Amino acid sequence: MTSAVATTSRFGTPQVLLGLSIAILVIVVAVPVLLIFVNAFWVDGHFNVADVIKVLREKDTYQALLNSLILASGVTVTGTVVGTFFAWLVTRTDLPLKGAMKVLFLVPFMLPSFIGALAWKMLLSPRSGYINRFFIEVLGFDGPVFDIYTYAGIIAVETMYLFPFVFIQVAGALERMDPTLEESARISGADLFTITRKITIPLVLPSILSGALLIMLYSMAHFGTVAVLGIEAGIYNIPTLIYEKIHQSAGSFNSIRTGTVLATVLVITAAFILWLQNRVLARGRYQIIAGKSFRPTEVKLRGLRMPMLAFCLAYIGFTIVLPTATIFMVGGLKTYGLPFAAENFTWENYRYILFEWDLTRDAIWNSISLGFAAAVITMFAGVIISYVIVKMKVRGKGVLEFLGMLPFSVPGSVIALGVILAWSGKYGVNLYNTVWIILVAYIARYMAFSLKANSAALEQVHDSLVEAARASGATMWQALRDVVLPLVRPGMLAAFFLIFLPALRELTVSVLLYGPTTRTIGVAIYTLNEDGETVYSAALAGIALIIIIVGESVIKRLFKGAAGRKG
Amino acid sequence: MAEVSIRGLGKRYGAKRVLDDLELDLVDGECFTLLGPSGCGKTVLLRLIAGFEAPDAGTIHLGGQCVADGAAGQVVPPNERGLGVVFQDYAVWPHMNVADNVGYPLKLAGVDAALRRERTRAAIAQVGLAGLDERLPSQLSGGQQQRVALARALVSEPRLLLLDEPLNNLDANLREEMRFEIKALQKKLGITILYVTHDQEIALGIADRLAVMDATGRLRQVGTPEEIYARPADDFVFRFLGIANFLPVRRVGDALRLGSGSDPWSGPPPDRPGAALAAGFRPSDVLLARSGPGLPGTVRRASFLGAQVDYLIDVAGTLVRVTTPSHECVERDLLFVEGETCRIGFAAVQWFEGDVVAGVAR
Repeated sequence: MTSAVATTSRFGTPQVLLGLSIAILVIVVAVPVLLIFVNAFWVDGHFNVADVIKVLREKDTYQALLNSLILASGVTVTGTVVGTFFAWLVTRTDLPLKGAMKVLFLVPFMLPSFIGALAWKMLLSPRSGYINRFFIEVLGFDGPVFDIYTYAGIIAVETMYLFPFVFIQVAGALERMDPTLEESARISGADLFTITRKITIPLVLPSILSGALLIMLYSMAHFGTVAVLGIEAGIYNIPTLIYEKIHQSAGSFNSIRTGTVLATVLVITAAFILWLQNRVLARGRYQIIAGKSFRPTEVKLRGLRMPMLAFCLAYIGFTIVLPTATIFMVGGLKTYGLPFAAENFTWENYRYILFEWDLTRDAIWNSISLGFAAAVITMFAGVIISYVIVKMKVRGKGVLEFLGMLPFSVPGSVIALGVILAWSGKYGVNLYNTVWIILVAYIARYMAFSLKANSAALEQVHDSLVEAARASGATMWQALRDVVLPLVRPGMLAAFFLIFLPALRELTVSVLLYGPTTRTIGVAIYTLNEDGETVYSAALAGIALIIIIVGESVIKRLFKGAAGRKG
Repeated sequence: MAEVSIRGLGKRYGAKRVLDDLELDLVDGECFTLLGPSGCGKTVLLRLIAGFEAPDAGTIHLGGQCVADGAAGQVVPPNERGLGVVFQDYAVWPHMNVADNVGYPLKLAGVDAALRRERTRAAIAQVGLAGLDERLPSQLSGGQQQRVALARALVSEPRLLLLDEPLNNLDANLREEMRFEIKALQKKLGITILYVTHDQEIALGIADRLAVMDATGRLRQVGTPEEIYARPADDFVFRFLGIANFLPVRRVGDALRLGSGSDPWSGPPPDRPGAALAAGFRPSDVLLARSGPGLPGTVRRASFLGAQVDYLIDVAGTLVRVTTPSHECVERDLLFVEGETCRIGFAAVQWFEGDVVAGVAR
């Protein structure tokens, strides 16, 4: 590893950048996380583990931990099975319309799962859900066909939104796998079943496991679906219990402590899962997966071709189209509960929340401005931090590398709680109930995305490009401006959108931090639903979906255009 | 234009000492080649001169100005040293076209736009890329990119041009062509060049003077290519400049014996005292014969390579490589097959101390 610039002076540009990077990460991420640990383990100025255990053994905390585990395990199993199956189907069989299917299976990634949960609640809540009512009222069933307010319901809904983690990883591995590995097994006389069992599955196992662990990580820390579907039936997981404790107790010491203990468990679990995933990926290195794209041998589905296509389309229709349509239709109803008939629909709800109601207009404005500000700040902070980590040789970098790992393993609800502890006036700055506290939390939450996109872009900028600029007479700043920045601009742009779009629909963090005038879109949808304003909630969710879908397509076009110009 | 003066230079990375107490002088206007095996620290030396690294000890002077002082911890940053650098991987900026790449140093120097355009165009023409000003690097071949890098390094008329294995990534023909062009440009511009490489052919071909560095970062010999080729300071230098054969020779009283046996050594006499010696020679320095005087040998392998024939010959238990021009082999009936015996004599022999490993070294 060579440095772009060497210096022996004690205090130069590298030190300034390092200091700045460390300061950003310490203030935004490290301090809140540290405060959580301190609050969890220090009672009256003493280190106290016994008390932590006492908190963990209280019935509701214990049950929340158990629920998180049950839900996360369930979602991991179903999501992995579904993801692996579809990945195999679109890469290794002669399924018709494979390309389109591959794109469609990724759509759940861009849809917010809590909006999906809302839709499923409207369809399958035991008494008022449209599907259940159809079965009871029209088909004469005695009771609901499916109760969504159960573990199974929550697991099913989360699976719909999280299976792409496995799908992407496995489809990628299956596509990159050198087909000669399978062909040589075939020449050696193995049949297809044996090849799949002995060659293919072991080779893609690291990808399956790594995707499964990602599902686990997300599900463990997932707030939205459980909050929408679980609270009614008393099913709390760690993040929803943290929310419950903080929200209902108005900041009493005991509930904050319980929150910090739960958050600690969450951080440790997340760190463990990430560590496990790194190990799986590191062990997978020996896999003979070539970087090149080959044309793998396809399994002939024969008579199953059309039924399989129908199955995929039904799955997509059921999990994507149905809930989305439900949201838009309910959003257009005059009153929630009316049948979907032409005379019951109106544009009034959409007009009202867009142009008249301050609460929803504020929410849209808050989300857009917060998302934009967080994306811009995090993009620039990320590029500076990544630059120091990837490119600079300066003493004390190890500290920064460690701090840079932090944002990856801190779930949203933990960040929110930490931010409350740090910025509620206890240490001189009180941002509570302002947009600033949400902004700080967003920056912490999305720093990982920015670091990832920017360091990937910076790895591509070879040191000699900067050195050539220095030798041409450029100062370090000029070299950064003229060479590094233009070359990492695509990475920065990617970081911007990777932050801006998710921030538009953020719920987990904002729901813990919002004040009377600082609702975000996610919070507004969630609280309107809680307050029974179901049609307005659905209408706002519909508008959010439109913003998200338009945003995603704009980006796709933008990046396709950029890639086209390059090639 | 400037001379370079390096005194007591030291550089270490952690516990690894890369350069230690290095002394070197470059004369104004010469093309100087630093030759050494990969990983020996020659690139580190270039980077220290360029200012990308700071020395731990010693000083570097460029044209009389001290640009680095390890003891005082003072370094002049690379942008203030007035150098041109050409990197092994071209380092052409992919987001700028040829003219922007080449004109960048002038832009930084504040040269006004009209003059800048003119000098940029001249530099581009100088390296044979006239008309490609608007091309992006991705639209250029490797050789063309290397020329852009060269033009960029030359455009601001630097006092010293540093070249770090600039021809490595080019194919053989292009490498030869570029080598001649760099030499021609250097003569025309009268610029001082430091050229770092591990390729002895390029080094010998391009240099006015060269230095051979060993794997530990020590300079073994400094001199003109002819001096170093004809009178290598030690067996390392001899080995590094081409395929080298070594035969062990013992002095027993006044007699010379080959290897550990009793066969006499019939080649040229040693130029130094000592009981155990090694005779070093190139494959082309061997005079091959079917019979007559000379050391007896057995042909172990014969390969016809077109212009010459390459033999591996067993001489008293030591294998040596011998190359003979094909026409000579035909005229003098020297086309041996494996297993035949022959006689070898020597056109030239270099003598070394006896601890050199016998056999062929590459």
